[in-house]
Amino acid sequence: MEETLIPYAGIVTKITGQTPDVKTFRVEAPEGGKLFEHEPGQCAMLSVPGISEAMISITSSPTNKAFMEFSVKKCGCLTDWLHSMEEGQMITVRGPYGRPFPVHDELKGKNLIFVAGGIGLAPLRSVINFVRDNRADYGHVDIVYGSRSKDDLVNYDEIVGEWMHTPDFNVHLTIDREQEGWDGHVGFVPNYVKELDFKPENTCVLICGPPIMIKFTLPGLIELGFDKTQIFTTMELRMKCGIGKCGRCNIGNKYVCKDGPVFRFDQLDELPDEY
Amino acid sequence: MKKLSLAKLNDLFAAIAQREALYLPVDNGTGKAEYTKWQEGTVYSTALNTGRSAKDFFFPQTENLMEFKMEGKRIDVIDTREECEDFVIFGVRACDAASFDILDRVYLTDPVDTYYKNRRQHGTVVTMACGRPAETCFCGTFGIDAADPKGDVTCWTVEDGYVLRANTEKGEALLAAVDGLLTDTDDKAVQAAQEKTRAILAKLPLAALSTEGVGQGLTKELFDRPEWASLSEACLGCGTCTFVCPTCQCYDIRDFDTGHGIQRFRCWDSCMYSDFTKMAHGNPRVSQLERFRQRFMHKLVYFPDNNDGLFGCVGCGRCLARCPISMNIVKVMKTLAKGGNK
Repeated sequence: MEETLIPYAGIVTKITGQTPDVKTFRVEAPEGGKLFEHEPGQCAMLSVPGISEAMISITSSPTNKAFMEFSVKKCGCLTDWLHSMEEGQMITVRGPYGRPFPVHDELKGKNLIFVAGGIGLAPLRSVINFVRDNRADYGHVDIVYGSRSKDDLVNYDEIVGEWMHTPDFNVHLTIDREQEGWDGHVGFVPNYVKELDFKPENTCVLICGPPIMIKFTLPGLIELGFDKTQIFTTMELRMKCGIGKCGRCNIGNKYVCKDGPVFRFDQLDELPDEY
Repeated sequence: MKKLSLAKLNDLFAAIAQREALYLPVDNGTGKAEYTKWQEGTVYSTALNTGRSAKDFFFPQTENLMEFKMEGKRIDVIDTREECEDFVIFGVRACDAASFDILDRVYLTDPVDTYYKNRRQHGTVVTMACGRPAETCFCGTFGIDAADPKGDVTCWTVEDGYVLRANTEKGEALLAAVDGLLTDTDDKAVQAAQEKTRAILAKLPLAALSTEGVGQGLTKELFDRPEWASLSEACLGCGTCTFVCPTCQCYDIRDFDTGHGIQRFRCWDSCMYSDFTKMAHGNPRVSQLERFRQRFMHKLVYFPDNNDGLFGCVGCGRCLARCPISMNIVKVMKTLAKGGNK
């Protein structure tokens, strides 16, 4: 009988430095191809045996049939190890876990606004590229992405090289402070979202970033006339099992690993404020 | 129903132990009974409930999950799972038997925990109706009948022996295997024993404890109650309550370098510990108040929310006896019910 706690071994075939503290890892099965299929917004448990195991969002789109990608910020035990690793190294992967963004129902046919801060782009990138590959199923797309500096913008090459040239995609980049060589917007994401004056009609918002960014962006969106039922986010809490059994990632009666990580804000309102 | 005469109890144990491993409560010399593997000369303790709960049999304190061989850049994942051997646990109380239902809800729900399922499939549970409940017992609060416990086989102590009733196929198979020791009987003696037990249960100090004020759908009402502060104030965060609890099911997964490879194991964990939810970017439960609240909200609200009203407590009373600061779920329930409970 299959046991979800037992992972697959995968080969890290490519490591791309994104920012001073974020790298993207391409993972393939030893026989080539993907270890498993997933939906946009789902996560996987990555591990280096002997070091640790952690839940990381799958940043590649399910429409990518060749490999999976994970963008990882260096901030702890496992992530330090991953950052010091060389291409060709194996790691273990299990999943996919959690409920994805509702790309097949609630989001279908809608205009989409993606709001991301820093490494928060990683889970949204999966949706963004899924939407690019299924362009006819969705309306107008706006992407608001901010970081501390230009160097901290994850996936900058892809954003500039591909997203900006996708029909009906508007990309709005911003950085926290003025910087030499940057002639784009300067300022924090929450204010930028308000300045952009988005219209709520037939539109859904997908937001992911530091808690403080989410906290201040939400009231701005409400002011613009958005309802909480139009706004989705993805949560991060400590996890060990990924299947709602080890007991640590709950917010009230919901387990982020299996009932989330994607929540609509009206659903989050039903839960105690403990995240 | 089947009957075993008093003098044949040891023969029954010997007959079972010949087929498969048999565990039963045995006095450990410190005034407590613990589940011990039966061998010739082992004396079954009918005293108080065991110090450790029976969950250890299906969800052991620590167990190996898998191994990894690491060579250069290569990792081999080795599935070390093995079919468990059959075993019997004899003398499980109604509370611990009910805790298996709760653990089943967690571990047998899709995706199934195959480690747990393996043990569950191979274990036969023989429950013993309570003849001597303790002052800390309150299983009745959660609708558990100590005079008629669940399990594969239920056993009652009657005046001149034991009466056994098979409740499941596994139980029938066990009784069939020892049929030579048993005779047929009716349920008269059982009813008399049950009446006696129920008379004791009604007199227990916590007999009137009700679930009023806690349960399904009450997160909003209970989460911000100011009483959590005073209730949790003295909590040491030692985790003893979670370790003696038959329904606490949280676990940690860790790796151990054996020198020949990496062993991945899991062990019990506790929501009472400060690093339980700690992440690189912060901790959603920084204070002991939040951790304390989590434990009781889980048992009294969140678990019922997700399991058709079933509470995550079986009233075994172990945490009442063991908490170093004498805090416990009963005090929490009484406080939350705002004087509704006496």
